[in-house]
Amino acid sequence: MIQIVFSILFVVLGIVFMLMGSLGIVRLPDFYSRSHAASKSDTLGILFVIGGLIIYEGFTQSSLKLLFIILFIALSNPIGTHALARAALRKGIKPLLFNRSSKEDSQ
Amino acid sequence: MEHFFLYSAIALTIIIAVPMVRVVKGPTVFDRILAANAIATKTIVLICLTGYIFGRIDMFIDITLAYAVLGFLGSLVIAKYLSSHRMRRQRQREQS
Repeated sequence: MIQIVFSILFVVLGIVFMLMGSLGIVRLPDFYSRSHAASKSDTLGILFVIGGLIIYEGFTQSSLKLLFIILFIALSNPIGTHALARAALRKGIKPLLFNRSSKEDSQ
Repeated sequence: MEHFFLYSAIALTIIIAVPMVRVVKGPTVFDRILAANAIATKTIVLICLTGYIFGRIDMFIDITLAYAVLGFLGSLVIAKYLSSHRMRRQRQREQS
């Protein structure tokens, strides 16, 4: 019984995090802040939902594969977003609060 | 418990439909790819929940693994292509 309660709690928490990520992708003003929303909150939401499914499943072969999916997503989703942000920076898209004086100071 | 998975899958479908706004009206190509990547990563969870609705998680989990690998490779290859030297040379040719 407590297994089912924790499973429902984790799945609902993960869906709330994924809703925040989706709203952030639509509402935030800049590409880099949008990539921030897409990377972190989506990864945490997927980790919570699949963790809840692992708690519901128990110790079987399928829960081991779900654990592999969690490891793969925790590695791959930030890497993909980082590659996209680096490509945008190389192509010359400026951040929203970019000012020239701070760049000259850093150089 | 199947009812709970069904309702959470319905809610997740609505959440997946939200970044399509950014795919349609995104100012740059990076916004479109970012939103498409977010849709692809959320679809992984949707396939897992579908496996629990049908009671065949042992079959759907392999589909999920293949889908995760393909979505990650697609977004990474597109990002490497957009920052490659060929695109930069083409842009310089357009400017000159």
